[in-house]
Amino acid sequence: MIADQLPAWQIVIPMLAAPLCVLVRNSTAAWVVAMVANLLTLLNAWALFVQIRAEGVIRYALGGWAAPTGIEYYVDIANASVILLVSFISSVVMVFAFHSVRKTVLTGKHYLFYSAWMLCLTGLLGICITGDAFNVFVFLEISSLSTYMLIAFGQDKRAFTASFRYLIMGSIGASFILIGIGFLYAATGTLNMVDLAQRIPDAESKRAVLVAFSFLTIGLMIKSAVFPLHGWLANAYQQAPLVVTAFLAGTATKVSLYVLLRFFFSIFGPDYSFGAMLLNVVLLPAAVAGFLLMSLVAIYQTDLRRMLAYSSVAQIGYIIAAFCIASQAGLTAGIVHIFNHALIKSALFMSVGCIIYQVGHAHSRSFDNLFSTMPFTVSAFIISGLGLIGVPLTVGFVSKFSLIGASMEKGWWLIGAMVLVSSLFAIVYIGRVVEVMLFRKSRMETPHSVGSNEAPLMMLVPLYVLVAVSIWFGISGSTTLDVAGQAARALLGGYQ
Amino acid sequence: MIDFIAPPFLFFYAAALCALIGSHARAVLLLAVPLVALAVLLGTSFGQHVVIAVAGFELVFVRLDKLALVFSIIFCIAAFLAGLYAWHVRDTIQQIATLVYAGAAIGGVLAGDLITLFLYWEATAVASVFLIWARRTPAAYATGMRYLIIQVLSGVLLLAGLLMHYQDTGSIEFNHLGLISPGTTLIFIAFGIKCAFPLMHNWLQDAYPAATVTGTVVLSAFTTKMAVYALARGYAGTEILVYIGAVMTLFPIFFAEIENDLRRVLAYSLNNQLGFMVVGVGVGTEMALNGTAAHAFCHILYKSLLFMSVGAVLYRTGTSKASELGGLYKTMPVTMVCCLIGAASISAFPLFSGFVSKSLILDASAKNGYYFVWFALVVASAGVLSHSGIKIPYFTFFAHDSGKRPAEAPVHMRIAMIITAFLCVFIGVFPGTLYALLPFDVDYKPYTVSHVLAQMQLLCFALLAFVFLMRKGLHPPEVRGVNVDSDWVYRKAVPAVLSGIAVWVATRTNSLMSLIVMTVKSVAKWAYTLAQPGGLLAVGWGVNSMVLIVTIMMLLVLVFNFA
Repeated sequence: MIADQLPAWQIVIPMLAAPLCVLVRNSTAAWVVAMVANLLTLLNAWALFVQIRAEGVIRYALGGWAAPTGIEYYVDIANASVILLVSFISSVVMVFAFHSVRKTVLTGKHYLFYSAWMLCLTGLLGICITGDAFNVFVFLEISSLSTYMLIAFGQDKRAFTASFRYLIMGSIGASFILIGIGFLYAATGTLNMVDLAQRIPDAESKRAVLVAFSFLTIGLMIKSAVFPLHGWLANAYQQAPLVVTAFLAGTATKVSLYVLLRFFFSIFGPDYSFGAMLLNVVLLPAAVAGFLLMSLVAIYQTDLRRMLAYSSVAQIGYIIAAFCIASQAGLTAGIVHIFNHALIKSALFMSVGCIIYQVGHAHSRSFDNLFSTMPFTVSAFIISGLGLIGVPLTVGFVSKFSLIGASMEKGWWLIGAMVLVSSLFAIVYIGRVVEVMLFRKSRMETPHSVGSNEAPLMMLVPLYVLVAVSIWFGISGSTTLDVAGQAARALLGGYQ
Repeated sequence: MIDFIAPPFLFFYAAALCALIGSHARAVLLLAVPLVALAVLLGTSFGQHVVIAVAGFELVFVRLDKLALVFSIIFCIAAFLAGLYAWHVRDTIQQIATLVYAGAAIGGVLAGDLITLFLYWEATAVASVFLIWARRTPAAYATGMRYLIIQVLSGVLLLAGLLMHYQDTGSIEFNHLGLISPGTTLIFIAFGIKCAFPLMHNWLQDAYPAATVTGTVVLSAFTTKMAVYALARGYAGTEILVYIGAVMTLFPIFFAEIENDLRRVLAYSLNNQLGFMVVGVGVGTEMALNGTAAHAFCHILYKSLLFMSVGAVLYRTGTSKASELGGLYKTMPVTMVCCLIGAASISAFPLFSGFVSKSLILDASAKNGYYFVWFALVVASAGVLSHSGIKIPYFTFFAHDSGKRPAEAPVHMRIAMIITAFLCVFIGVFPGTLYALLPFDVDYKPYTVSHVLAQMQLLCFALLAFVFLMRKGLHPPEVRGVNVDSDWVYRKAVPAVLSGIAVWVATRTNSLMSLIVMTVKSVAKWAYTLAQPGGLLAVGWGVNSMVLIVTIMMLLVLVFNFA
């Protein structure tokens, strides 16, 4: 009975938790509500994932209304795994949030914070699960609006400007997507994604489809922070409360990338997107410039959060470059990097969160000898940093290996070479910080100028859960590659 | 069984354990692990073990044959000696890095396929940089970063090469490759960087002297010899290696002669010794490969010994500059004797280890018709004697008295040096024990009259030349009275020519290097103005500019889509 309704529960649980958080009003109680809801969501996502693996695609008519009239949820291996990822990251960061929120978010507003978080989670999961194009937009707005709110919870007033800029850019992106969907509706007369995929080949020559495609390209590029449309990201990640950054870095852009995949591969189809429409010509230079320039920028950043934010843009560049290869191997590499980067980046931001919790700031130049006072946090940062570089036995290596392999299979030697060059940049920006943390002698005589002890256990445990997961998937790389390969096949194969 | 206790894994377990236990226990662990690993190694049968299928690839983590065995044995010994030498170190990071680094080097030697090799290749790079950074100076940081980038670049080339090779052949086996395709060429360059081929060598002289006292001893043993092993495995008989090796033996000599920092002198001489091994690989016959393996074995021992003795001096006096040392034999006699044994070994005196291994390579090159190369090696051998055999001990322990009266090296350092020195002499006197380990059967007698005589001639004349030069420096009137005959070659012509060449090489490399540095600097400066905090790329873009970019991008997309 419950098993039949899993797709609906996936959205309903976090959605119900949001008003519940407001009703309880108490900080701890709101956290408990959000935490329980998160765990239930995660459980549900796992059950859904298992079900998909066993039974294949699920098409769920919401409220019993059949597809053309009602909204359909369409779950296959591709979005089931993204849903699992988002629920997992959210749950882990939620544990982490307990202390961090108390210290960094305005007292008395905590229940609103958790409520916004649950709304954001609802939106993100909804975007993934739905099989209706307009519904994608609705959930996109739910998640975006709550994200603006979460960012504005940041410690100082700069958070407001960051949030406002993101609001403008996010709204432009969302309206582009809406316009794109509108034109598609005009050209095909349907909003159901499966139907869209069937009807577009007949309508391909219509100008409306071309316009829709163009608007969707730009809209999705903005939402996924593809260079050079990433301008909102650095400030937002830097100014938001650290928990929010850790949560968003692992989920928000990843979900947008999933939507991009869904539209370009499942709905328009790779032949149309990359054959007829030359999407490569726009995306590939943007991706390559993104990962080269943004890695370079990351080298020079003194604020850890900003450094990691630019590194995120660079990593998105890798993912987009992998998509552009548009082959089974390329898509697999891109999807596997979505997972891997989410794990790594959330872990990195969480370790920065621990540092900020104890030290009070994130200026990497003043982390002299931080290892002696916060050995566990710094170790987690180093392990995750190695993952970002792509050192063997970390998840980053699995991604790098499959991405370079895919580009060579396609014959794009130059892209492979540039990925390698860019990974050298990653060594510099991670190595720079690691050296300061491990070896630099404290310049200040007073040792208490840095936090003298480790972050609370409730922050370290979730951090190490992520680290452990990323090591596990780094060593047994075939697990994730296998799932990503199936997801790539599902996306390339179109709707059944 | 061996799945869990494969020698490299043992080192990694120990490294993980290090994070949890006290400092004395860590030091004991550093000693015990190499011995256990050695025992496991000797108890392992030849063949492939620990084969794990990952993502469609069969990764062979342990592939043991005679070539791998001799390298992994010496790596275990070197790890043990380095651990003993570093008994006093209480720095957890250095100890963990040492264990991981040694384990990775052994893993690289045992790797049966290219992907596994790559895994360990990267691991050595990442682990070893901590030994440099552990010196905790800004200069060490910069050096470490340069070192890391070059090492990882080598790894990156290896990865690219192996992927290309895999595309070509569908195989990731690590056996003879040969320079036959772009893929194998990339792999060759990757090996070459780690092996410090000429013009790819700078990282070595840059990084090794910058590491900690104990770190340098560790560094000197593994990275380059792993590369030599990889070359021997993949590119034996590749002719270009003969010439690369010959150049490698010669050019560091000039730099070593004019260098003041003794640890840097040793780094140059390390490079020169690698040249002999590379020549051996290039010749590629059974005898030559035996020579390479034997020379790597002996070289690790005597080079460690030299680095240990100079390190002990650095540890006690705080300097390793020739100009600031001298006269230390009075208070550091044990270190002095060990240093002399190391010097005698590297100079290939009969009855010391260098003699029994180097002659294999020399004879192999002569037997296969590489006469010019043979001659180059002979010249290089004279150079080795001059800068490593004489310069190092002479300026450290004798020469003018610096007035320094440091205490003798700590007990554990002395024990480490004595054991190493003993091994050097033992191999020199009983070469049969070493020859039994070599990859191919050895039918070679190092101690024939002609060998010993030829070598002694070379050594004695080189020694004479040095003595004359020094005396000339000290007592010019006396020198003038010396009857100059054929030894004029050693006394005047060779130094003049050598220094001429040295200056020429140095200025040429310098102007080339400064051009490269200038270009890199201006690019970096331009990149910095764009990327610095507040630079065009790194500033928080305003809404206006972001919308402008959106508009431009939209235009572009529309143009492409409607074109």
